[in-house]
Amino acid sequence: MNATEAIVSAQNVTRRYGQGDTAVDALRGVSLDIERGKLTAIMGPSGSGKSTLMHILAGLDKPSSGTVQIAGKEITSMGDNQLTLLRREHIGFVFQFFNLLPMLTARENIMLPLTVAGKEPEASWFEELITKVGLKDRLRHRPSELSGGQQQRVAVARSLVSKPSVVFADEPTGNLDSKTSEEILRLLRDSSDTYGQTIVMVTHDPRAAAIADRILYLADGAIVLDQRGATAAEVLQTMNDLDGHSVAS
Amino acid sequence: MIRIALKDLLGRKLRLALTSLAVVMGVAMVSGTFVLTDTIKHGFSQIFSTALQNSDVVITGKAAFGNDQNAPSFPASALDKVLKLPGVADAAGGVADTAQFVGADGKVVSHGGAPGLAFSVNADGDQHFNPLNLLSGTWPRGRTQIAVDKDTAADLKLAVGSTVGVIPRGGAVVHLKVSGIVSFGSVGSLGGATLAIFDLPTAQTLFQKEGKLDEIDVAAQPNVPSSELVAQIKSILPPHTQVRTGEEQAAKASSDTSSALSFLEYFLLAFGFIALFVGAFVIANTLSITIAQRTREFATLRTMGATGRQVIGVVLAEGLVTGLVAATIGLFAGVGLAKGLDELFKSFGIDLPQSGLIFASRTVIVSLVLGTAVTLIASVWPAVRATRVPPIAAVREGFVLPPGRFHRLGPYVALVIIGVSLALVCVGAFVKHGIPTATRLEMLGVGVLGSFIGVAMIASRIVRPLASLLGRPAQLGAGVAGTLARANSMRNPARTASTAAALMIGLALVTIVAVLAAGVRGSFEGAVKEEFQADYALTSENGFLPTSVDSADALRKAGVAEVVAGVRAGQGRAFGKTITLTAAEKGLSQMLVLKWTLGDASSLDVLGMNGAVVDKDYAKSHHLVDGSPFTLLVPSGQELHLMVKAIFDPPSGGSPFGPVTVSAEAFDSVTHNPQNVFTFMNMSGGVTPENTAILNDVLKSYPDAKVQTESEFIANQEAGINIFLNMLFVLLGLSVIVSLFGIVNTLVLTVFERTRELGMLRAVGMTRRQTRRMIRQESIITALIGAALGIPLGVGLGGLFGQALPGGMPFIVPWGQIVIFVFAALIVGLLAAIFPARRAAKLNPLEALQYE
Repeated sequence: MNATEAIVSAQNVTRRYGQGDTAVDALRGVSLDIERGKLTAIMGPSGSGKSTLMHILAGLDKPSSGTVQIAGKEITSMGDNQLTLLRREHIGFVFQFFNLLPMLTARENIMLPLTVAGKEPEASWFEELITKVGLKDRLRHRPSELSGGQQQRVAVARSLVSKPSVVFADEPTGNLDSKTSEEILRLLRDSSDTYGQTIVMVTHDPRAAAIADRILYLADGAIVLDQRGATAAEVLQTMNDLDGHSVAS
Repeated sequence: MIRIALKDLLGRKLRLALTSLAVVMGVAMVSGTFVLTDTIKHGFSQIFSTALQNSDVVITGKAAFGNDQNAPSFPASALDKVLKLPGVADAAGGVADTAQFVGADGKVVSHGGAPGLAFSVNADGDQHFNPLNLLSGTWPRGRTQIAVDKDTAADLKLAVGSTVGVIPRGGAVVHLKVSGIVSFGSVGSLGGATLAIFDLPTAQTLFQKEGKLDEIDVAAQPNVPSSELVAQIKSILPPHTQVRTGEEQAAKASSDTSSALSFLEYFLLAFGFIALFVGAFVIANTLSITIAQRTREFATLRTMGATGRQVIGVVLAEGLVTGLVAATIGLFAGVGLAKGLDELFKSFGIDLPQSGLIFASRTVIVSLVLGTAVTLIASVWPAVRATRVPPIAAVREGFVLPPGRFHRLGPYVALVIIGVSLALVCVGAFVKHGIPTATRLEMLGVGVLGSFIGVAMIASRIVRPLASLLGRPAQLGAGVAGTLARANSMRNPARTASTAAALMIGLALVTIVAVLAAGVRGSFEGAVKEEFQADYALTSENGFLPTSVDSADALRKAGVAEVVAGVRAGQGRAFGKTITLTAAEKGLSQMLVLKWTLGDASSLDVLGMNGAVVDKDYAKSHHLVDGSPFTLLVPSGQELHLMVKAIFDPPSGGSPFGPVTVSAEAFDSVTHNPQNVFTFMNMSGGVTPENTAILNDVLKSYPDAKVQTESEFIANQEAGINIFLNMLFVLLGLSVIVSLFGIVNTLVLTVFERTRELGMLRAVGMTRRQTRRMIRQESIITALIGAALGIPLGVGLGGLFGQALPGGMPFIVPWGQIVIFVFAALIVGLLAAIFPARRAAKLNPLEALQYE
């Protein structure tokens, strides 16, 4: 793989919580490259270290050892301010619980990353974005006046508005019913296809993983399988296999 | 259940600490006041018992009414009679008065209004009765010598052999040689009082008490009990004197100072109560927030079968423990505060005597009970709210407490409370007859507190537009941080309102004081300009102490002024009541403009020995008309038989006279060593630098008398008001500090509550600096809401009070001070945000992604 194609890359990342006898190794040496323009899913049972991996890839947490680059920049040695500026420019987030500000309208929530950075949105881009997420007539509403699916669509729009190098989505369907989950997944897939948006999605939902170009399976803090696309049924099968595998080992 | 409450409290130490702080301040003020006043009282009582330790029996003059300070001197022949009594082993007489030292700069030495005491000693005696210790030199002997206390000696750089100027009360400055330096018993300070010590004949001459004494100390023969000696002495006692045992005399003197100090005590306690009242607001608010944040916890308790009553129990138990902890901390913090207050008084020039801190059991009990009770009362409402949490909240994400059944009625209840409170204030202020003054004051107090509660209740309904308006500058000036801060301050109006309400109270009180002070100043200035047509006025340096009649006489003798006339003041008793008695010197009519309802200004010059001028209210309440006779008793026991000659309507801004005014001759005939409170002069040519120089030259020997023009006179009189005002502001500042902690509490809890939001903001690119700025702006908006509520309320109430004062007062809005108060609110907001903003900025963005 061409190194310039990797928008996020990690080398031998480990993460240990605690010290001595009670120490827990959440990550035991993970190396990966996230390809530009692709939708990558990180799958794994709870406790597999997938959330920790995402936090470290996004610069929210520091690895115990190893290095991470985002858009070619080494981030593990960055200070808080540098990281904040990096997030402004290169990273978007979608959270499980939407994390919208209740006192702001949908429009204001979407604009937040730009507002925080003191930037003006491109009118045409904003128009296009809200059309895509289907919120055109909901822009003046506050989160409490929106359904869960609509709230998450606001959150997706918020993650895209600054055209980041990579969007990290953390269990984006974890708090939604199956119908709205599907909507959101379609939206993410569509963003990747239409805009070539790089997306990293952490999930334990096989149907979510099924939309990905590539699925990384994590177990006990290590990548155990790197799969190029799969159907939900295949993902489920793989998960069960891996589960059996880790029990057997 | 109680154990759950305790565990919970201990688990949230920060919350406990923050809640406690609100009570700690108020309790500390109460306990500090007790400690301070007890300590001062003890200090004085030690001074008195030291001074009288060798006096078995003490003879002093006796005032016809009022306190012993006005007691007349008695003939020295009493001493010879006492010495002849069989039970007497030894006796010595002395003169006590006041005298002021003059510094090298020609100015009078004054320590914040503390008196300059003067005593006589007998240099040849064995100093048996002498409470003073000679530190160096010798006791003063003869007309040229004086002994001074060591503090004054240090102040004026005096040593044995130096010369010092001293002004005996009512006289001109004399220059004497320092023969010795003394100290008063073991006590370091006499409350800032200076000591001037003379030998007896010198003291008698200087204070115009030739052949007279103020005190005789008697030592009993062995085996003669003091009580028997008192009985013996009573038989030979001259009129207007009294005899007490040494212990009785010390106890009497102590209780006199105690009652003088009780004003200080009540005054300071009032500020402690205000701080506690504000603290109650803060606690109620803090608990409400924490309860909203703990709905899941309460709901879980309910699912496990806890009743609503048990939930109340948990919250109240927490309140009780918090209150006890806070009261205990406050109790001990009070000791520190007592030290602080003492320093405060010192900085205002009042040095109080102390000898070891007194920590009475009353202090402990009152502080603990008060602190605990206030916290408990403040917990009741939040506790009731907690019972509204249904068990279902345990399993539901983001459950919000429903508004109570009576929520809808809130604004109406608030309006009723405000209405009733204002009615109380108006009745207390304007209905002057038929209600005792104490009841009226209580109505005013309850009305003011009630209006605070009412406005606080209704505040949640107006906080949104206020926050929107006051947040506008933040939005424009602080970017996204300001925009979010403004939105945040509007999202929970009830919380913002009650946080701001605590600050509102302090600011409203400060504003009331400022409005009243502006009114008093304004009407005083108006009155002075209207009443006095004099070119110059003469008062003492600090405007409080009277000046000697000699200084006015010196001006007359020098013949430099066209008219010189003074006003004297003392006490009198008529119709069973003690009143201020004033006296007018001839010529005053030419410099004084008053509204006369009977007679006119010229009546002042022809009062003779039995004419009296009375003010309108006094005439009305005692049915005095032209020619009405009445008898006035003065402290020396003499009587004046008076007849009403004129009646005037006193101006509201300050009357130059008391209820009864007599001629200076009549006053002097019954007063020893009379003094003027003001002296006025007219000069040909009016106020000119030359005339000022001439007057100052004539008054060289009277450094305590200060020549002033009208504006200087006004400024000098107002200086006293200003000192008092500054003291009020400092003390009310305490309740502002309590409300500052309230803002800190709310912000810390809010930051905790919005952890996930803050994490998200950080994740989408908000810097730490922006986060801090956001919290800071929210804090400032909250503080400004407090100002926007409190200052207008204060202006309104202050105006109302001003109208209530006898005669009414001009309504003056002190704009300059209001600007300062708004600025102060801004600073409060800034300071309150420091800690919460740092906590918010330190939050890891990871928090946004992690769930319970």
